[in-house]
Amino acid sequence: MSIMQHNGGSVIAMVGKDCVAIASDLRLGVQSLSISSNFEKIFPVTERLYVGFPGLATDVTTLREVFRYRVNMYTIKEERAIEPTIFTQLVSSTLYERRFGPYFIEPVIAGLQKTPSGSYEPFIAATDLIGCINFAKDFVVAGTASEKLFGVAEGLWEPGLEPEDLFETISQTLMNAVDRDAFSGWGAIVHVITKDKVITRKLKGRMD
Amino acid sequence: MDSFVDQYSKNSATAEIRRAKEMFEEEDGMDAMWGSQAGFATVASGLPKFTIPAVPDPSSFLRLHTDDHADPSCRIKIKHGTTTLAFRYQGGVVVAVDSRATAGSYVASGTVKKVIEINPYLLGTMAGGAADCQYWETYLGIQCRLHELRNRERISVAAASKYLSNLVYSYKGMGLSMGTMICGWDKTGPAVFYVDSDGTRLKGDLFSVGSGSTFAYGVLDQGYRWDLTDEEALELGRRSIYAAGHRDAFSGNTINLYHVKEDGWEFIGNYDVSKMHYEGPNGVGYAYELRVQGKSSANPPPDATEVPAQA
Repeated sequence: MSIMQHNGGSVIAMVGKDCVAIASDLRLGVQSLSISSNFEKIFPVTERLYVGFPGLATDVTTLREVFRYRVNMYTIKEERAIEPTIFTQLVSSTLYERRFGPYFIEPVIAGLQKTPSGSYEPFIAATDLIGCINFAKDFVVAGTASEKLFGVAEGLWEPGLEPEDLFETISQTLMNAVDRDAFSGWGAIVHVITKDKVITRKLKGRMD
Repeated sequence: MDSFVDQYSKNSATAEIRRAKEMFEEEDGMDAMWGSQAGFATVASGLPKFTIPAVPDPSSFLRLHTDDHADPSCRIKIKHGTTTLAFRYQGGVVVAVDSRATAGSYVASGTVKKVIEINPYLLGTMAGGAADCQYWETYLGIQCRLHELRNRERISVAAASKYLSNLVYSYKGMGLSMGTMICGWDKTGPAVFYVDSDGTRLKGDLFSVGSGSTFAYGVLDQGYRWDLTDEEALELGRRSIYAAGHRDAFSGNTINLYHVKEDGWEFIGNYDVSKMHYEGPNGVGYAYELRVQGKSSANPPPDATEVPAQA
């Protein structure tokens, strides 16, 4: 079986009105054996930027540390927080450094991008395991349930969702998609990023 | 060149298939095509006949296109992944199964009936090829009824299971895939037989079959006694399938529970695995977290609304 499916897990990000949401399941397994229902794959980068790492669990941990180091170095040198677009380029080039022996991760990025006028606009992106960026205006998906997530998101997502409606939409999308995937599920976590706060909620999901 | 010779040869494998095809074409197609007897029409004239692919070696042809162990990208995917169990005890037989069908990582269905009601006294369980189990266990039901009519006596579980094992053995190597338990109550009392498509047939007190069987055995072995009460036995069956549904990615969704007694089988109920996790059959969830939560400083009650610390 593919190494991308070894541990299972999925991440999805969606754009709303002046907000973005990113969500993942909480399963960690080894093939068909489910081990943990508390394995988080989404990490904060700045106050308004989150990144999700679905894929091989060992690389989830490694990449979290790699990006923590690189983002900290950027912050010290530039004396400002990294913006989502810049971070996406950093993710892309970091992954391409391993072009011939990649990390088995397909990152999903969600955040609010500062505009020259000082306001914030929603930003989401995803890359493949060697750093090809996919900028999307609606939603991005990755992980073992990605096909199912595409299907449900295509049906549920609409433009201009307020934070609470976006939370409902992304939660329903994730929960219903992972219930059709054997390697994802075992609970879920959702982050809704708005300009002045991040709402994080753990969801009770099917435990089978 | 070989295929050219084959085409005109009178005693090669292809010639034999050609002759067989000609024979069938004479009689307005196969009996099964008329469909009036639900595909079992050929039963009257002995063993059912199947159309065989018109290739020199049908069984290796089938293996090539259906065996996803040898080739994961093969065309025909047979649904796999199951947990089934049955055990014999003082009060009869408990049969419990999950209801998930997966094709690769896709959960194709969560409402599969994996217990096949062969007749009012016999149950069969389904693991492996769904169609194989369904067809042959229904066929077994027909043969059991014929046995009753011929001998004015109900067939024993031993005889019924042997009929099935001999039958699947005659198709050995042709790609049948079944792992089944034939359960019932006969003159000898409660009985459980394990039969699979390799031709194995085992008599025993306790079996579990499928990808989640190891998890089910863990709970089953720990809780099994011959003198279980009916209530304890049903709870053990349900709890064992829950364990498998929880830990095995290819098992889950719902549990179907049956009880076989002297006067035949009874359907006890359908239970959602997730509901068993959080609430259990009577308000107390099976979940590990529920049993440890708040009991020690290592397991504080969850406070998920807080935002994780910045990386």
